Amino acid sequence: MNMHQPGAHIAPDRGLAQTILYLDDVSVSFDGFRALNKLSFYLLPGELRAIIGPNGAGKTTMMDVITGKTRPDSGQVYFGGKVDLTRLDEAAIANLGIGRKFQKPTVFETQTVDDNLRLALRDKRGVYAALFSRTSASQAARLDELLTTIGLADQRDILAGLLSHGQKQWLEIGMLLAQEPQLLLVDEPAAGMTDAETEATATMLRAIAKDRSVVVVEHDMEFVRALEAKVTVLHEGSVLAEGSMEHVQTHPRVIEVYLGR
Amino acid sequence: MRRTGSLFFSTLGDTGGTILVALLLAAAVLVPVLNALPTDSALHIPNYLVSLFGKYLCFALLALSVDLIWGFAGILSLGHGAFFALGGYAMGMHLMREIGTRGVYGNATLPDFMVFLNWKELPWYWYGFDSFAFAALMAILVPGALAFVFGWFAFRSRVTGVYLSIITQALTFALMLAFFRNDFGFGGNNGLTDFKDLLGFNLQAKNTRASLFAASAIALALGYILCRFLVSSRFGRVLIAVRDAESRTRFLGYRVEHYKLFAFVISAMLAGIAGALYVPQVGIINPREFAPANSIEVVIWVAVGGRGTLWGAALGAVLVNYGKTYFTGALPDMWLYVLGALFIFVTLFLPKGVGGTAKEWLGKLWPTARAAKPPLSPSPQAGVAE
Repeated sequence: MNMHQPGAHIAPDRGLAQTILYLDDVSVSFDGFRALNKLSFYLLPGELRAIIGPNGAGKTTMMDVITGKTRPDSGQVYFGGKVDLTRLDEAAIANLGIGRKFQKPTVFETQTVDDNLRLALRDKRGVYAALFSRTSASQAARLDELLTTIGLADQRDILAGLLSHGQKQWLEIGMLLAQEPQLLLVDEPAAGMTDAETEATATMLRAIAKDRSVVVVEHDMEFVRALEAKVTVLHEGSVLAEGSMEHVQTHPRVIEVYLGR
Repeated sequence: MRRTGSLFFSTLGDTGGTILVALLLAAAVLVPVLNALPTDSALHIPNYLVSLFGKYLCFALLALSVDLIWGFAGILSLGHGAFFALGGYAMGMHLMREIGTRGVYGNATLPDFMVFLNWKELPWYWYGFDSFAFAALMAILVPGALAFVFGWFAFRSRVTGVYLSIITQALTFALMLAFFRNDFGFGGNNGLTDFKDLLGFNLQAKNTRASLFAASAIALALGYILCRFLVSSRFGRVLIAVRDAESRTRFLGYRVEHYKLFAFVISAMLAGIAGALYVPQVGIINPREFAPANSIEVVIWVAVGGRGTLWGAALGAVLVNYGKTYFTGALPDMWLYVLGALFIFVTLFLPKGVGGTAKEWLGKLWPTARAAKPPLSPSPQAGVAE
């Protein structure tokens, strides 16, 4: 793990040490297509942030860079002000305390709800520990608590593949919580949900953001408004505007590229 | 998931496996006893059947090893015959050394094929094989080491699905070509044969054959218990998670390549043990054991028996091989067609194999049993390349 400080790049008002997530001048190209173009973005601990942008704006690529799935061509990515994420793989980044929820709900369908959460639960991740360790009483209590939080206590013994779409989304959020991450990246949590489920999800995310930092990527404007969070608009791989929902909605460039369409 | 109790009970928790282990232990005792009865007795088991079923049990252990990685980790190895053959060669080398001066050339230091090739001294890699313990260790360690090196590179580079299957085929094919060469030092085309005894016991003797049968049955039972322990632990849940959604598992913080590598090495070692037990019972090991088609056949046994059930894989190996023995005797030209038809039939009508289907029926008869142990079989839609 590389811990050196990238001092030269810190803007005075954005002290690196205070950030939970810090991206500076990050560029990624795929076959000549610039998915991220000198993107700079930072997030403070405890912050809830919504990221919007048209298709191809670089939202998912940004998530991939943060979670180690994609290596940036250039630029810096720091977690907690000191850990260089560009040098770590997915597993190491997950164990640092960065959880990710995918756009398409990805739960382990042939295993029970309980087992899904148990796999995600904060614990030693090595082969040896997985072979011989048992679930402790405190972990069991934590599982019960999580099942209640995501409203799946009655479904704990059924296979995750049998859950409804909305329930799978919640299970996945529960799995993220089980990891006890400091930073949560959530990709389109409301996609394919009913209005009632969407509202419940927004409430759930607001509650989660009380204890940790959350970045939500979303298309649904109503949902973003319900989050009551600061909004970052991405366009062609860099930040177009940042501020409150009202601020970005009245931003002329934003209206031009996104909201106006 | 939160189970209490010992390994023994977690094994007993699975009906098919309990039946399998009980049958194997009973066979390990009864078959040698019934074999020892006078030939005119109604309960007498003839010698040829003892050897035949001993061979099937080795195949069953090989199938079990494939099911551990294919059924639970989604690694479709089409080269497991290589690990089986390597285990077989290690045992074969020891058996060659035990021949001593009783070879055709009566040479005390060199096996016949080396004398024939005009070699003057024993190659260094034959050292140590005079000792049974060393050979037995090598039968496990050599396949394990090869699987470790192969798996290390393949899983670290994230080679999965069809691509992995193809390079496992290439692996076993390359080994076959190497072992065919005379100068490779393992008997070339003819392989190793003309074995006399094992640990001082004549390999043709009835009691030796019955003992080898019993050893195969016990090895399969122990192999089953080991695999069941692995897949019942949290390790097994992680393997299934890798099989169903590999990248999701990474984002949960699991080093997927370590899990795959561990399972792959254990599986290769089990295959090596199967090969080591197989060779003294059939009396020969040659490079054709590395043939790519052999490894594909193993996958068919597992598919027929039921991928992801472990005991189904063992059952499938015995069923298909019994069929093979029958058809190659009754309709020698038809066997490959029958095998092909069987594979198509199972894919279309029994996608979960005999084992998986039986498990479903049992689940319907005793729903409580199913609720206590959720089915872990992969869904039929879960393809090879996910």
